Amino acid sequence: MADNIIVVDASGLSCPQPVMETKKALAGLSSGHVEILVDTATSRNNVTRFAENQGWKAVSEEREDGGFKVVLNK
Amino acid sequence: MKSFDDLLTSRQGPWIAGGVIGLVAVALAYLGNPGNMGFCVACFTRDIAGALKFHNAPVVQYIRPEITGFILGSFLSAFLFREYSPRGGSSPLVRFGLGVFAMLGALVFLGCPWRAYLRVAGGDWNALYGVAGLVVGVLIGIMFLVKGFSLGAAHKNPKFAGLIMPVIAVALLAFLFIKPSFIAFSEKGPGSQHAPALIALAVGLLVGWLAQRTRFCTVGAIRDVFLMRDFYLFKGILAFIIVAFGANYALGLFKPGFESQPVAHSDQLWNFLGMVLSGLAFTLAGGCPGRQLIMAGEGDSDSGVFVLGMLVGAAIAHNFGAASSGAGIGALGAHVTIIGLVFCLCVGFFSRQKI
Repeated sequence: MADNIIVVDASGLSCPQPVMETKKALAGLSSGHVEILVDTATSRNNVTRFAENQGWKAVSEEREDGGFKVVLNK
Repeated sequence: MKSFDDLLTSRQGPWIAGGVIGLVAVALAYLGNPGNMGFCVACFTRDIAGALKFHNAPVVQYIRPEITGFILGSFLSAFLFREYSPRGGSSPLVRFGLGVFAMLGALVFLGCPWRAYLRVAGGDWNALYGVAGLVVGVLIGIMFLVKGFSLGAAHKNPKFAGLIMPVIAVALLAFLFIKPSFIAFSEKGPGSQHAPALIALAVGLLVGWLAQRTRFCTVGAIRDVFLMRDFYLFKGILAFIIVAFGANYALGLFKPGFESQPVAHSDQLWNFLGMVLSGLAFTLAGGCPGRQLIMAGEGDSDSGVFVLGMLVGAAIAHNFGAASSGAGIGALGAHVTIIGLVFCLCVGFFSRQKI
């Protein structure tokens, strides 16, 4: 549902906080569209791995500032 | 190359990285590094502090090329794979303090988490108390993380800022090979025991590359298992310990027991508490000392500041008699451990930030 997009900005946070913020955002959601913003490839990979382990489909795209947007759908 | 990198960055990548790192660690000890000290980020940083005469303990002064290799291997890898990203500004002074106390705790135990695992893989059962302490330190750190601990967000830095640590690494290498008179080199003791410099450098570069690609982290591995039931990093240390044990066994370096272990003491309480301090400080800083070097190579100034904190911590440890030796803990070893735990607990309690 496009009107229910949740965006979490975890840019610049140390490990494991981007994943913890993702966990918080996904908690209780059985489906939806969630976007996680991160600034490093490590955080992108960690968020992707975590979300996929929870059964979410993850697609990441590079942002203009060099960071990443990880788009999660279920 | 591309397909190997795909394998390395796959979910099974840590098995490869951890296994190779375990193997080359034992090889370095076999080729001349001190016993069970193929790698020890704390001990090696301490040796570099000594070589620069930040402290004057004559037995631990040497510029360890492994450390420079970690930074430069990571830098080159990050550059090649477009992951070089200069960043910083997340409570740098707090991170400096965490680096100081992580080092002080490690020098009470006599090893960083890398060496704690290598000591176990060599049969030094004193290190089991250290590993137990490490786990407890990580668990305390997790408690703070769950309650919202954060040192705040880092921000993008100018491209130039990320070059400072790699340039320092190159300068250290120049000192190692040119041997200017202002650099001290141990003539006896652990500082005098080292694998051939070029081999150690090559191994450091290899490990820097592998660790950059797989995010190898000896503290994050424990943290992620307890916090997220995520075994990705844990595969790395499992492979690291198993292969190091196998290699030690094959080379006749596996000597099980508590007594007469190389560069170790048998004070169980302080082996444990020293690593509680280290484990907590590393968890609050977001990664083990090796990981901090790797991130510094990727351009992370906050990790660079943490590493410089470790360098100062090493100087404090030896200048103030807080470092342990084979004979036991130093005169001020217990004091700095307690002070460090109080510091880390304060950092944990008072650093909560809503993003």
